[in-house]
Amino acid sequence: MHLDPWSAIRISALVGILTSVIGFPIAVSVGWLLARKQFVGKSLVGALVLAPLVMPPIVLGLGLLRVFGHRSWLGEALATVGISIPFGFEGVVLASLLVGMPLYVLASRDAFVATDLRYEELARTFGQRPWKAFWSTSFPLAVPGIACGALLAFARALGEFGATAVIAGNIEGKTRTISLAVYSLLDSPGNSETMYVLVGASLGIGLTTIVAYEMLAHWQRRRLGLHHG
Amino acid sequence: MDKGPRFDIDATVTIAATTLEFVLRSAADFLCVTGASGSGKSTFLRLLCGHELNANGRVSVDGRAFLDGSARIPSWERAIGWCPQDYVLLPHKTVEENLRLGAREEACTSELIELLALRQLLKRAPRNLSGGEKQRVALGRALASKPSLLLLDEPFSAQDRPRRSELARDVAQWIRTYAIPTVLVTHDDDDRQSLADETWHLAHGRFDQTEGAQ
Repeated sequence: MHLDPWSAIRISALVGILTSVIGFPIAVSVGWLLARKQFVGKSLVGALVLAPLVMPPIVLGLGLLRVFGHRSWLGEALATVGISIPFGFEGVVLASLLVGMPLYVLASRDAFVATDLRYEELARTFGQRPWKAFWSTSFPLAVPGIACGALLAFARALGEFGATAVIAGNIEGKTRTISLAVYSLLDSPGNSETMYVLVGASLGIGLTTIVAYEMLAHWQRRRLGLHHG
Repeated sequence: MDKGPRFDIDATVTIAATTLEFVLRSAADFLCVTGASGSGKSTFLRLLCGHELNANGRVSVDGRAFLDGSARIPSWERAIGWCPQDYVLLPHKTVEENLRLGAREEACTSELIELLALRQLLKRAPRNLSGGEKQRVALGRALASKPSLLLLDEPFSAQDRPRRSELARDVAQWIRTYAIPTVLVTHDDDDRQSLADETWHLAHGRFDQTEGAQ
């Protein structure tokens, strides 16, 4: 069986980065909303955010297929503008976004909860309008926590398997991520070298992510003045 | 010509199921507010800042109505210098950046840096300051905005005793030079007696006595 491990590594890394980047505005806005605002249906929004975390990924994949499949109205509408979610790279990103967003949003929410609202109040007292007060106080103080969420979403995207397999398939050079590549190799003996590369890459990226996460968490505590050093 | 009272306040603030009623009318420049913990001092300052959204009634300082029924001037347009009891220094900014948050005039800021002995601290992060140093930065930040109303919540409490009275006297002199209406919340009798024109006592969310009315 021919399988290019570097292609799978490239696709996984790209999907992880896109998940972190595309998810950023969603994580910040929903996290801020859950941390700072009281509104009707807040519990429902919180539950919807968490749902992908507790649902089987394969079920999520089936849901995506139902919503974005070629026979759905949304899938047909997207096809008219040249976007095909099923069995395409976009499907891999979408599946990773869906499973990664709960961690991203929760980290963002916790980052805003940890930031004292009085910093914004103080900035407003000194003449800053609410929007500017937010960008000059709460946002920079929450950034390390939000970045922790981005890393978690990145790591989750790296390990994503079930939803991706259902919505995007396992197409070499297009939708085959590290997880899917490893799965493919399980059924074809004699590719141990390729397997080592994939497992090594997974471990390397995973450990780097953990170290980066710890550094960001440390930065967050320093920024908020929670400890010296 | 009579300009009317500097402070003209008749407002209620509702927090959870409790309603606090603040009625205060005074011509003094330098008001002192005392009261036990939980009497509503911080809520009163927040009312003046514009942070209490469940407020009704009238809050007027120097004839400028911050709150009048349902109409209110937002906090960012009130030009208030606020020195909170626990400083609230922005932890991601240096002392100098904190000082300049609301600063208006370079000369005024430089003057305050000397007055409050902050020169050596300018590049430091708030987390590396002592309690007394943090308090002087918070005080300097409030003064540097040359506000139209100054709110000082226990502004000298963390200062060492020998230096404290001298600092309080210098700061009061600075405030009087620029004729800034000031509300000082303090438990300290020395501060109250040496700085304030009038003292208003808060108990259970009501001002119930005054001292030194002119």
